[in-house]
Amino acid sequence: MNPDNAIESTNLTKRFGALTAVDHINLAIPRKRIYGFLGPNGSGKSTTIRMLCGLLTPTEGAINVLNHDLPREAETLKQKIGYMTQRFSLYEDLTVHENLDFIARIYCMPKSQRHSRIDDAMQTYRLAELARQFAGTLSGGQRQRLSLAAATLHRPELLLLDEPTSAVDPQTRRDFWDKLFQLVDDGTTILVSTHYMDEAERCHNLAILDHGRIVADGEPESLMQQMDSYVVEVESSAPRQVAQALQGLSNIISVTQLGARQRVLVNKRQTDAKDHVQRLLDAAHIETECYATHPSLEDVFVTVTNKQTVADAV
Amino acid sequence: MTGCFTRLFAILGKEVQQLSRDRLTFGMIVGIPIMQILLFGYAINTDVRHLSAAVANQAGTQLSRQLVADMQATQVLDVVQQVTTGSELKTLLDRGEINIGILIPADFERRLQQNNRPSAQLLIDGSDPAILSTARALTNMEFQLRSGIKPARQQELFEVRNYYNPERRSSVFVVPGLIGVILTMTMVLFTAVAIVRERERGNLELLINTPVKTSELMLGKIIPYIVIGLIQVTLILLLGMFLFHVPVTGQVLDVYLVSIIFIAANLSLGLVISTIAKNQFQAMQMTFFFFLPSILLSGFMFPFEGMPRAAQYIAEALPLTHFVRLIRGIMLRGAELTQLSTDIYALLVFMLITMSFAILRFKKRLD
Repeated sequence: MNPDNAIESTNLTKRFGALTAVDHINLAIPRKRIYGFLGPNGSGKSTTIRMLCGLLTPTEGAINVLNHDLPREAETLKQKIGYMTQRFSLYEDLTVHENLDFIARIYCMPKSQRHSRIDDAMQTYRLAELARQFAGTLSGGQRQRLSLAAATLHRPELLLLDEPTSAVDPQTRRDFWDKLFQLVDDGTTILVSTHYMDEAERCHNLAILDHGRIVADGEPESLMQQMDSYVVEVESSAPRQVAQALQGLSNIISVTQLGARQRVLVNKRQTDAKDHVQRLLDAAHIETECYATHPSLEDVFVTVTNKQTVADAV
Repeated sequence: MTGCFTRLFAILGKEVQQLSRDRLTFGMIVGIPIMQILLFGYAINTDVRHLSAAVANQAGTQLSRQLVADMQATQVLDVVQQVTTGSELKTLLDRGEINIGILIPADFERRLQQNNRPSAQLLIDGSDPAILSTARALTNMEFQLRSGIKPARQQELFEVRNYYNPERRSSVFVVPGLIGVILTMTMVLFTAVAIVRERERGNLELLINTPVKTSELMLGKIIPYIVIGLIQVTLILLLGMFLFHVPVTGQVLDVYLVSIIFIAANLSLGLVISTIAKNQFQAMQMTFFFFLPSILLSGFMFPFEGMPRAAQYIAEALPLTHFVRLIRGIMLRGAELTQLSTDIYALLVFMLITMSFAILRFKKRLD
């Protein structure tokens, strides 16, 4: 194991009966970075995270987290990792303070440390004024702050976050990510799963998951640069007709409408992508204006998951 | 890993906090004992008295008339008719005019002298189990008659003596057993839903990701309910004393000691259910599945002796059977714990097996 990595896995596989939820995943996640899992629902993000914290036993493959082999050393590892579940999992019938106090006791913190850590967490996550409120009455954003406070109370080296922002508004998400970068500055490694492109783009490194496999990984920026397709934007007065005309034609990967424009992904084999699209539309007698543009992470996502689907079909 | 009591107390404290906010459960702790004791004490009366009887006295001697008079003196039966043959008794039984027929044969007195043959016959309407068990009591009386009879002591042998419940009030007999029934009903259910509820609400996924140990989790869930169980015991004892004058003949401390063991046994069983059930509804079904045989087979409702052998074997495996014996022994007969050690050991064994099973079955994993 490379000491610079917090997580390594080889051929990590999980099957539930006939379903292969995670399919031979190899990971090397560096320390003190935010590593993202981007993928649609059912792509194996949660199952992978659960295997990485010892909650699920892999069907196949090896895992090493913070120099501990899993699942053998799962109990020792639990002191060192923090885990934020997809669903709110603190006690709704306990107050904010009682929940934090319970977690602090579960980690056997001495009394003085318990008090100082809880006070710190209340400050950092703006929970002080909610201390006496029952967790069940908190808003989505407040719950999320409480969950993160609870998951980091024992100062874990590694934080595993399973779709932490799926139930909160954009501003709350921004605040949340600020907190994550603060934690990374303090030396924490973070693994976060998401299905939001803007969040994925903020990760240091990213793996795109589809049907239990990693279909692309790397820094978000290089993923966009090395993408296997060109992006052509088409402006016209009849965007629906453009979509109909291009759908299913050779080398056209996808057509997505953005208001009056259509964003067209063209396979890289077609080196003259812009002219190719223009020719196709002229042939269909639709008056348009085409221009090449920079790829976004969503384009990467569509390209790699599309390639996966094609590969599956073959 | 250094073991620490902090974790155990963390779970324990959390349970108490949650419990104090769960009004429905809180109501159940107090409501079930009050409701049941009033129900069983006032409404359900298992005293069987004044059963209609007919006598066919073929002996017609002084001694046989004495027997009939003594049976009537128990108030269990009223002789409503005199007939001459056994078949007439059968006809009356068939028509439902009488519950019991007493057939005293012509050679009654000679039979009395011989120990190998029963002296007289009781014909019983067995369709009502309550009548059956009452009639059994009468047979026991006759058994006393048959065994070791000596003419000089005849008078004494006819006497029916009731040591433990002279007034034959069912509440005296029911209340001690009721402690066991109420504890079975509430304790198993409390822990049966304890872990399932955490799983349903998603708390468990967080909890099993912490260093908490299975044994700490289990004990932390059991201990608060032992205290609650003892509160229930106290409540039933007080209600029994004030409303129905049920005595505690033995040591009160012994009542609490056997109750603690019995409560722990039931709570451990609840934990086993909790590790098997997928949701709270299933947990409740399983609890009920266990509760029903407990109530029917434990000897609380029907006498243990009247049950077929197979049912008795099942009953021996149920904690309530042993508790009913223990609590009746202590409260009604004033027995010492040393005299009841078999049933105490049975409860301890049950508790150890279920507790180990619960800890082994519970995995800090999701698969």
